[in-house]
Amino acid sequence: MSFPWAQHYEPKAPFMRWLDEKLPLPRFAYNAIGAGYPVPRNLNYMWNFGVLAGFCLVLQIVTGVILAMHYAPNGLVAFDSTEHIMRDVNWGWLMRYAHANGASAFFVVVYMHIFRGLFYGSYKAPREMVWLLGVVIFLLMMATAFMGYVLPWGQMSFWGAKVITGLFGAIPFVGEPLQVWLLGGYAPDNAALNRFFSLHFLLPFVIAGVIILHIWALHIPGSSNPTGVEVKSESDTVGFHPYYTAKDGFGLAVFLILYCAFLFFMPNALGHPDNYIPANPLSTPALIVPEWYFWPYYAILRAFTHDLTIPFTHVVIIEAKLLGVMAMFASILVWFFLPWLDRSPVRSGHYRPLFRKFFWFGLIPCVVVLGYCGGSHAEEPYLMLSQVAAAYYFLHFLVILPLISSFERPEPLPFSITEAVLGSDKKAVLGENTTPAT
Amino acid sequence: MATDTGTADSETLATEDGVRRRDFINIAAVSAAGAGAVITLVPLVSQMAPSKDVLAESTTEVDLSAIKPGQAIKAVFRKQPLFVRNLTPKEIAEANAVPLSDLRDPQTLEQRTKDGRVNWLITMGVCTHLGCVPLGAGEGENRGEFGGYFCPCHGSQYDTAARIRKGPAPKNLEVPDYKFETDTKILVG
Repeated sequence: MSFPWAQHYEPKAPFMRWLDEKLPLPRFAYNAIGAGYPVPRNLNYMWNFGVLAGFCLVLQIVTGVILAMHYAPNGLVAFDSTEHIMRDVNWGWLMRYAHANGASAFFVVVYMHIFRGLFYGSYKAPREMVWLLGVVIFLLMMATAFMGYVLPWGQMSFWGAKVITGLFGAIPFVGEPLQVWLLGGYAPDNAALNRFFSLHFLLPFVIAGVIILHIWALHIPGSSNPTGVEVKSESDTVGFHPYYTAKDGFGLAVFLILYCAFLFFMPNALGHPDNYIPANPLSTPALIVPEWYFWPYYAILRAFTHDLTIPFTHVVIIEAKLLGVMAMFASILVWFFLPWLDRSPVRSGHYRPLFRKFFWFGLIPCVVVLGYCGGSHAEEPYLMLSQVAAAYYFLHFLVILPLISSFERPEPLPFSITEAVLGSDKKAVLGENTTPAT
Repeated sequence: MATDTGTADSETLATEDGVRRRDFINIAAVSAAGAGAVITLVPLVSQMAPSKDVLAESTTEVDLSAIKPGQAIKAVFRKQPLFVRNLTPKEIAEANAVPLSDLRDPQTLEQRTKDGRVNWLITMGVCTHLGCVPLGAGEGENRGEFGGYFCPCHGSQYDTAARIRKGPAPKNLEVPDYKFETDTKILVG
């Protein structure tokens, strides 16, 4: 689906006409990411991150498939084969550093993409399905990143695997058998390493499939925009190509400069030195922390230090360990309910004075604090800070957002996207051939 | 339908209560395929469970003769660390002095050791929080506020009977199944 004024694909060369009849792939691309996809004319640079995330997935698949040609998923040789890639394989160091830093880059752009959605209300009707599929993609990314980090079979790989699979052991009754089943043993070993490799190879292609659904669902209502006002007429949109291919191209160049700065000048800055020590099941590193992109969730996991008991007794209802695990998963699962928790009809944070304050001075500092605490030792003051920040995090989504959407007075919205860009001259705005959007 | 085996034909075969002969075939076919699909899941799921070689390594013998009172060793049981500690009389007294009501997972030292061998504390070296190896079995390692084991990951503290006293871990360090084969040798598992 698209707007009625969308340009139509017209193949000119005889071969393209022939192809269009047999397999209209060029037509599909033209309507999806070409001149045939009308996009709001006022998108800012926050709208670059979806394309960048797609680029990162391709980067990870290409470097990952190459690494898999040289890596051996066996507990005895996995660590050595990683070093073999680093030292012996031609350009192997580049492939591995590109893949490891590519994972961090992927999370950076995806977090920006998510924050864009949170601030501009992109999750609201009619784009709920786009948001829900995005959360699914994010969960798949987390699983993929976790299993990939286990593969070098260093100390942090091993102990990360042990701690994260230990989370499943917290589930009542079925937890421990489930954990043994997931690992194929009583502790992470060869069986776990092999299955993690197999799934780490598979999941990116599953992600690619869900991304197709994500974009499909997006193209039904069309892209949102910084005003949150829906497209009303042809003057509100420009073709994706050349306008946003050019803008995304520029964004990609800036992204590549930053990415290459890490890749070539500080490739280990985001890693842990402990992971250059081979996995040792008998010695725990002094500090087990996940990669930076999991720190906020790890802080929520560790924030629960006391059992939930019936007040004034010692009868435990839920153990602290299970509480932490539940809260950690809930911190992302709550996103599935976001389109129905935030009931304000105004999408963009630009026109929501109260929402804006809680976003910049509540949610953002809260996530930063959680991230900082998640990367630190589990001791005071970090535990107390994590507890406060974790409480605020859930308060924000479950209480503050529903409340402010009921009594906030939004600022006046512009009549249309064009008016927001060009001012309120209705004639210039509406032009000659105004067509209602739907 | 052009063919004479279509729906019109089968509807004429419907019994009084509206059941057609074809309904039986539909239900039977879907049930058989469904049962087959479910049975196929059994090998697909159970291949992930521990394999025979993993299960075969499930017992360990430990020689206790070299462990003096106050010392501990780390052995390996099912690819996980096993703590074997020879408690001093002072440590035993400390463990027995704690009222059970103070414990998160109430157990006495007697319940956690074998009769007449209360000084031999044999536990898994796996924190019951998220599976890290606690410190305290090695020489000079931090044994925490309660003189037993200290988990560096999330700060769980165990006492001299390896019972959880502080921090996020829900249970005492697990005592595996074991028996004394001789006075100085145990078989774990």
